[in-house]
Amino acid sequence: MANTAENTAEKTVGTTRVKRGMAEQLKNGVIMDVVTPEQARIAEDAGAVAVMALERVPADIRKDGGVARMSDPDMIDGIIEAVSIPVMAKARIGHFVEAQVLQSLGVDFIDESEVLTPADEAHHIDKWAFTVPFVCGATNIGEALRRIAEGAAMIRSKGEAGTGNVVEATRHMRSIRSEIKRLGTLDEAELFGAAKEMRAPYEVVKEVAELGKLPVPLFSAGGVATPADAALMRQLGAESVFVGSGIFKSGDPAKRADAIVQATLHYQDPGVIAKVSRGLGEAMVGINLDELDESQRYAGRGW
Amino acid sequence: MSAQPVIGVLALQGDTEEHLRALRGIGATAVPVTAPGELDQLQGLVLPGGESTTMSKLAVRYGLLDPLRKRVRAGLPVYGTCAGMILLADRILDGTADQCTVGGIDMTVRRNAFGRQTESFEGSVGIDGVDGGPVDAVFIRAPWVESVGPGVSVLGRLPADDGAAGRIVAVRQGSLLATSFHPELTGDARIHGLFVDIVKGTA
Repeated sequence: MANTAENTAEKTVGTTRVKRGMAEQLKNGVIMDVVTPEQARIAEDAGAVAVMALERVPADIRKDGGVARMSDPDMIDGIIEAVSIPVMAKARIGHFVEAQVLQSLGVDFIDESEVLTPADEAHHIDKWAFTVPFVCGATNIGEALRRIAEGAAMIRSKGEAGTGNVVEATRHMRSIRSEIKRLGTLDEAELFGAAKEMRAPYEVVKEVAELGKLPVPLFSAGGVATPADAALMRQLGAESVFVGSGIFKSGDPAKRADAIVQATLHYQDPGVIAKVSRGLGEAMVGINLDELDESQRYAGRGW
Repeated sequence: MSAQPVIGVLALQGDTEEHLRALRGIGATAVPVTAPGELDQLQGLVLPGGESTTMSKLAVRYGLLDPLRKRVRAGLPVYGTCAGMILLADRILDGTADQCTVGGIDMTVRRNAFGRQTESFEGSVGIDGVDGGPVDAVFIRAPWVESVGPGVSVLGRLPADDGAAGRIVAVRQGSLLATSFHPELTGDARIHGLFVDIVKGTA
């Protein structure tokens, strides 16, 4: 007989372990942006580990302009209904009511995202106040650590979403990884200085210095369009990737989705990456960053 | 002392690293496994947590499913957590239409049984064969065991007085072990210790 008598009846939801643990489960998997239940099913069939439900992929948000907000709850419900894998959704930076709504809809993860128009120019959402875990973007270590201090359970590079151009994601991932390494070389006094410089709590800075990694999973996002892009981010130290516009803005989404899943797993095997890169059809068009007006850059959003 | 057995951790997707760390922390030799050829060297295997649909798709694509089934049938000790428990189940409920399992444990497992992530929780569960009091158990979009066949020992259940009313969350059949929850996330290596003893033939 199982010794159930020893069990306590207490069940606690939304603990740090439960939130960060959820993020750990997504490692080595690909999270794909989808705008319809049909796309969500294609993503699930291709082996996506989760989908991001949104009304417009970043490439279309760029094209359409205007204020980008949380998606219609009907649309999110439709995607939750369509698939059995986890569903994520985006809230505007600082818009804690959008986050409350998303949590009440039962989404599995909230992305407090610079792709949407920020709702608060000084504060991010207090993510400790939620049961649902959050992922936040970062361009450098200070930003990553401030988000972790606010309760983020996962960090992703911001990159430059909706461009199909991986250069910014590369810059952010390299910056975060090299700063993590540098923290490991600092002595106690220098760590206090670093915390001050990074505007992040000393405890989190010290934890990163000791672990040699962030205390939460580090993913990459923002401009990944090909299997080789996904593998590049993995080799630079990302534990996995988000693919936004790259899949469903391409010629053959199902095939590309499958190829990116395989390249993410076998990121150190050029033979596999070559094989899955063949005959993928047209990639999304892509934007060169120097053609992008400063006001059109999303990575600078967030503080 | 004899050499440590080599224990593989399936590395297709999920929290492989945490299992490798937990196993190495108790002195076991642990290696990640992604290809069928890597199964031959193993004396034990861990199927980690992650997304079970993704793992089973990748296992089929890389030709791992049949070799895994063969090794399990031939008696390879395997420990599955969460998604890994689903992979060890002979029957699953609420899976996707094409979802395959390795099987081996005569049980029916319900996927995402406790609900979505907002209902994920931690608590403590007493486990038969694990001394030192209940273990901290982290349940993440976790499955539960709906029913078991006669050859399966139930090692742990949730308390009967909550919403999940005495659900089975830990089982063993021969050298196959499965838990709905994730000991690899807590730093408590007692269940990994039990599995290493199963691999060594001492438990």
